[in-house]
Amino acid sequence: MDLESLYQEIILDHYRAKRHAGLRQPYDVEVTHVNPSCGDELVLRLALAGDRVADLSYQAEGCSISQASTSVMSDLVIGRRLDEAVGLHDGFQAMLEGQGRVELDEAVYGDAVAFHGVAQFPARVKCAMLGWAAFRDAAWRCHPSAGESDD
Amino acid sequence: MTGDRFEVERVRRDFPILRRRIGSAELVYLDSANTAQKPEAVIRAMAEHYRCHNANVARAMHTLGAEATAAFEGARQKVAAFIGARPEEVVFTKNASEALNLAAHSLGATLAPGDEVVISVAEHHSNIVPWQLACQRSGARLRWFDLTEQGRLDLDQAAAERLINPRTKIVAVTWVSNVTGAVSPLTEIAAQARAVGAKLVLDGSQGVPHRPCDVTALGADLMAFTGHKLAGPTGIGALWGRYDLLEAMPPFLGGGEMIEIVRMEGSTYARPPHRFEAGTPPIAQAVGLGAAIDYLTGWGMDAIASHEADLTAYALARLAELPEVRLIGPADPTDRGGAIAFTLADLHPHDVMQVLDSYGVAVRGGHHCARPLHQRFQVTASVRVSSYLYTTRSEIDRLIEALIATLEFFRVRPGRK
Repeated sequence: MDLESLYQEIILDHYRAKRHAGLRQPYDVEVTHVNPSCGDELVLRLALAGDRVADLSYQAEGCSISQASTSVMSDLVIGRRLDEAVGLHDGFQAMLEGQGRVELDEAVYGDAVAFHGVAQFPARVKCAMLGWAAFRDAAWRCHPSAGESDD
Repeated sequence: MTGDRFEVERVRRDFPILRRRIGSAELVYLDSANTAQKPEAVIRAMAEHYRCHNANVARAMHTLGAEATAAFEGARQKVAAFIGARPEEVVFTKNASEALNLAAHSLGATLAPGDEVVISVAEHHSNIVPWQLACQRSGARLRWFDLTEQGRLDLDQAAAERLINPRTKIVAVTWVSNVTGAVSPLTEIAAQARAVGAKLVLDGSQGVPHRPCDVTALGADLMAFTGHKLAGPTGIGALWGRYDLLEAMPPFLGGGEMIEIVRMEGSTYARPPHRFEAGTPPIAQAVGLGAAIDYLTGWGMDAIASHEADLTAYALARLAELPEVRLIGPADPTDRGGAIAFTLADLHPHDVMQVLDSYGVAVRGGHHCARPLHQRFQVTASVRVSSYLYTTRSEIDRLIEALIATLEFFRVRPGRK
């Protein structure tokens, strides 16, 4: 097990200085997600402006992987079209569940590619997905069809 | 039965997995409260059963059936002798959770509105949720012991609240906490329960594997425990019960082998313990559990308990050297089992566990199926270290080194780079 591949410097940086943290007004939907094995909790708020993510704010208790992943996600989805952001969720999840065989495009995913090492630690995939799963849930509550293909 | 003088290095030779390496590091297994490792004798007994004696029990009349039945019932006798009980008082279940669900379901069948069930905030979820369900079904009220700051059951507060009173029908508490390691004051609790006519149900999961057990002396009416924490296989646990109490309890699961006569209009049931053992039981697992008990008895439970007490005192002293460690539970090694839970600086237990694992040190990070206990101490999770008869002082030293490395890795302490 390669610890450095799991805890890349980018991940630890986000963990120490989380982006967009804290709960803010206004918002359209608020969701609470937990990781039942450790009791970690995340409250996430999503605010939309038309078809775009106007704001995403959150309050989280959790390990460095889940905190950093939520921070990176907030950077990626704020300002983006909701269906695009949901697509990022799907790609990120596919990478984590790909056991190291799925690569993300750094031009699209930025800091999120640093979570590639997590795919080698199946017990931690849930940690890295906590924030993303909450976002996906919030997106679904705003627009039940968000992220689904039109045809 | 007790014979060989206890020597941890000789014990270790009996456990093949302890020779494993994790990456380039030697395994330091400090997660025995989660599940214990298995000695060669258990592995061999189960393989031997499948190779030479496999058949169903009770219903197969041929030679193999008789051998399998004798082995299964022989295991029941070993379990009974191990806890100071009679064989017909030992019900085999699949684990301690099923045993506690059986207790809550069958003993709980007599609960009515106005009755009270008392548990504690220190319980494993498997001694909380079944009682919540029983209270929901019956309309009884669930109450609980709080803990002191040291993680002991708070008897003074309980007395002030009149926690155990004439409305109390069942008291269900753990013998030894799986998180704080605290041994519950069972003498006092049993006396209070008896004084109001309440039944005492014990979760013996962290007690039976680690210390000599005389279940009558503990003052219990029912006691649950599991095989896999006792150096035995997974898939088998037990519920011990006073025979007259078991006999008054209705069945839990229905099916083959738990019946007397089945008619379409209704059935009558076998006497305990078979009344509570519907379907084909875990036969090879019972054989493995019997072998585990023989193995532990060979070293002697007194010797095992004193080895673990020494190790726990040593681990507590070494952990106290690290100012970043905040203990959850008693720092005093008396009346204490081997589980030691703590937080390390403000690091998340998942992160601590992960770095320790990279040094070959296996611990558990999480709430250890005791979320209310963690809430009581205002944390969501903790790191838990737990030992068994094969754990050594040098493994505790390896733990301390790995904890220091963790502090450096996350820059809580200046790094060595």
